[in-house]
Amino acid sequence: MPLRLLKFAFSKNHPAPRFFRALEQPKKSYDVVIIGGGGHGLAAAYYLAKDHGITNVAVLERGYIGGGNTGRNTTIVRSNYLTPEGVNFYDASVKIYEGLSEELDLNLFYSNRGHFTLAHTESAMHTMRWRAEVNKHVGVESRVVGPDEIAKACPQLDLSCSGHAPILGALYHAPGSIARHDGVAWGYARGADRQGAEIFQNTEVTGIDVQSGKVAGVHTSRGYIATKKVLSAVAGFTPRVTKMVGLDTPIVIHPLQACVTEPMKPWLNTILVSGSLHVYVSQSSRGELVMGSSLDPYEVHSTRSSLDFVEGLTSHMLDMFPFLSNVKIVRQWAGMADMTPDFAPIMGKTPVEGFYLDAGWGTWGFKATPISGKTMAETIANDRAPEMIHSFRLSRFEDYELTGEKGAASVGH
Amino acid sequence: MKLLQCPMNGTRPISEFVFGGELRAMPNPETSTDKEWAAYVHNRNGAPGLKKEWWYHGPSGTWFIAERNTLTEEVLRTYLFGQETAA
Repeated sequence: MPLRLLKFAFSKNHPAPRFFRALEQPKKSYDVVIIGGGGHGLAAAYYLAKDHGITNVAVLERGYIGGGNTGRNTTIVRSNYLTPEGVNFYDASVKIYEGLSEELDLNLFYSNRGHFTLAHTESAMHTMRWRAEVNKHVGVESRVVGPDEIAKACPQLDLSCSGHAPILGALYHAPGSIARHDGVAWGYARGADRQGAEIFQNTEVTGIDVQSGKVAGVHTSRGYIATKKVLSAVAGFTPRVTKMVGLDTPIVIHPLQACVTEPMKPWLNTILVSGSLHVYVSQSSRGELVMGSSLDPYEVHSTRSSLDFVEGLTSHMLDMFPFLSNVKIVRQWAGMADMTPDFAPIMGKTPVEGFYLDAGWGTWGFKATPISGKTMAETIANDRAPEMIHSFRLSRFEDYELTGEKGAASVGH
Repeated sequence: MKLLQCPMNGTRPISEFVFGGELRAMPNPETSTDKEWAAYVHNRNGAPGLKKEWWYHGPSGTWFIAERNTLTEEVLRTYLFGQETAA
């Protein structure tokens, strides 16, 4: 790095460094077309090249990369889920994340904080014990802790929550971390581009050409592209894309909102989640408190945000941290969450040959970015889904084999 | 959409209402195949557009239908189930 910096200083040209090539026009055909330039789609492109040598790949993004739910989540990475399938899967993701800055040669500000899921009722404590046992069984570091240990990790927290909902204990999950979410998208984009994948922004897919049950190509705002394999990794736009191939899914779209406060000196080391109070909060490396809540209660296909949300969230935040009453909210936003009935994703093959789905990521997608990219790349390369994502297949609904991850969705939704 | 028109109680704040999902036709359980029934149980029309939806006014216990555009959040009209033509 210092040598590169020196060379740059003495050079006469100082072009703005690019993370990926600015290509004008897609080719006439590709081996694989990935719809959606978020973390998941870009990670799939990266692992297709790295693990399987498939580099004739186009990633088509309607807006700009990482501008969808990748850049709208609250950046929490954890694996303290409820089902063994879920815990295994998210644990594999956490393990990749831990070495990802080095692998992508980009500082993702991956910061291990420890994660407390607060329990305010006996029934919540019961779920925490259940989750802790499942986690331990699979080899993930989670345990139930009492109020004293929570107070030690976060002395600022009002354990009585202003008397409304006294904290009985928590599920402590040591690997819980936060990361710079846009960095994840940009890192994977650069890694995929360097290996030959082509990324096109401002390129909207308008239709998918299916001939006798097989994918033949995609219609885009930059013309037709022939391909036999299409991966849809478009989160809140999933129902629009599955409609193009005539596929029915259980996915419905609800907005999920989040907001940040003005920056403060570091005081909150851990990640705190309260299911009863509908809050999750962490402090970013910039000093802002990053906060999220539960889903909006009805279907909407837009990223509008609302005052109702901020009012509800901040009143619960004040129950937990009364001293924040003078702190200002500076930004709020929303993402379109693609919700499934069992709170588990939908990944793998579909009845349409060559159409692969990476969807149903609802409110839990960011933490799964590396492992979903890796397993979807494997699915596309072998035309067979690996064992790890078998319980996330689309046909589980037809088989009545739902995965039942609801107890571990971060905030009672 | 901060207000919603209840056909029985008039315009009320949205916090008084519960969303009940899209109005859907149930296949005949006697004649439908397992596959058709599973599709009815699980699958939804998640694409945006003008939809007929079930809504519930909590304080008065009224279920009714709202015709709503899920892209723009505009509510075209609301009416009690079966009274579409009167609305």
